[in-house]
Amino acid sequence: MSVSTMPEKGNPLLKYMRQDKLPHFFCPGCGCGQVVSAFLRAVEALKLDLGTMVGIGGVGCTARIPVYLHMDCLHGVHGRTLAWATGIKLHKPDTKVVVFAGDGDAMSIGGNHFIHAARRNLDVTFIVVNNFNFAMTGGQVAPMTPGGAVTMTTPYGSSEPPFDLCAMAVTSGATYVARTLTSNPAQMTSYIKTALDHKGFSVVEILSQCPTHFGRYALGSGSPKNLVTWIKDHTVPLTAADKMKAEELEGKYRTGEFIKTERPVFMGSTVCSAPCAEKEGKA
Amino acid sequence: MAVHVNKRLCKGCGLCMTVCPKNVYELSDEVNQKGFAVISAVRASDCIKCKRCEINCPDMALWIEDDETSSKEESAR
Ligand SMILES: Cc1ncc(C[n+]2csc(CCOP(=O)(O)OP(=O)(O)O)c2C)c(N)n1
Ligand code: SF4
Repeated sequence: MSVSTMPEKGNPLLKYMRQDKLPHFFCPGCGCGQVVSAFLRAVEALKLDLGTMVGIGGVGCTARIPVYLHMDCLHGVHGRTLAWATGIKLHKPDTKVVVFAGDGDAMSIGGNHFIHAARRNLDVTFIVVNNFNFAMTGGQVAPMTPGGAVTMTTPYGSSEPPFDLCAMAVTSGATYVARTLTSNPAQMTSYIKTALDHKGFSVVEILSQCPTHFGRYALGSGSPKNLVTWIKDHTVPLTAADKMKAEELEGKYRTGEFIKTERPVFMGSTVCSAPCAEKEGKA
Repeated sequence: MAVHVNKRLCKGCGLCMTVCPKNVYELSDEVNQKGFAVISAVRASDCIKCKRCEINCPDMALWIEDDETSSKEESAR
């Protein structure tokens, strides 16, 4: 791995960061920074070589994550992250590709790419930072904004129901799907670790705080602490959710692992898993 | 104790203050090169090395050194 400037003494994860780009541009208390740390702890635990991996971000706050990491990085085409990822995986199937997408990147402009990547079981890790709004552009309503929430463009509260990204991923065919939140760093790291280790389309949705926009518009408070608490109060672990009534689960996000299974991954116009390629002598 | 605060990276969001069980941190008046008022480990000697601050810090500004007893705050500028 290429490391330009090692910290004299400091957080050990800094060795994975492009330190000349720090401090990163995320607002004070933004969850994106916590996602970076969780991702790096997962990389460290799996002993992966970040220098051989590709990180992809579209456009948005979340999408800037790979820009700060010592890995090959593609950044700047809103919603088309999975199209890029598909191209890379077809050309170099052994390359580990990780996509960092905001909820808008993933489910709004990139929604179609998302369902088809899941259907094809593209061997890519898709980390979605759900901050409930289009953050970078100023906090507009997005497909994952909770119903009733005030945003920049819904001053009287959003009247649209949000997407459930994890449910969508499961029904579309993703083979690892999990949801977690930034205030549970251990779980965040563990799910990202499983996702990175998984062969197939692995999706980790992370409920994250955008105190600057979602916090100020929806909660009337720019305090990261208040938004973190709000997110905690709106999540229910899967095990507990199973015992709850539908009314009790109204407006709550279930956290946990929804599916972990295996099926052939996308290798091109003909879907062919590694074992079948071997059988035909093409491996 | 070894609480390392990198004031160049800190943005003073205060999340460390909310997760620390020993109330080690306080927001200081010191402002860094980016104009953020940064935190200070005013009660560093109370640290029990649970590392919740280090793990929760969005800016990688904190580090709890395992085998070290002094505490250090990098300069803000
Ligand atoms: C093709 C295209 N359409 C629209 C935009 C404007 N735009 C920039 S960021 C963004 C939304 C980002 O929201 P999200 O993906 O949720 O990421 P976040 O900033 O919330 O992390 C939009 C619509 C763009 N850059 N490119
Ligand atoms: S606008 Fe929101 S999501 Fe973007 S960096 Fe700031 S807090 Fe984070």
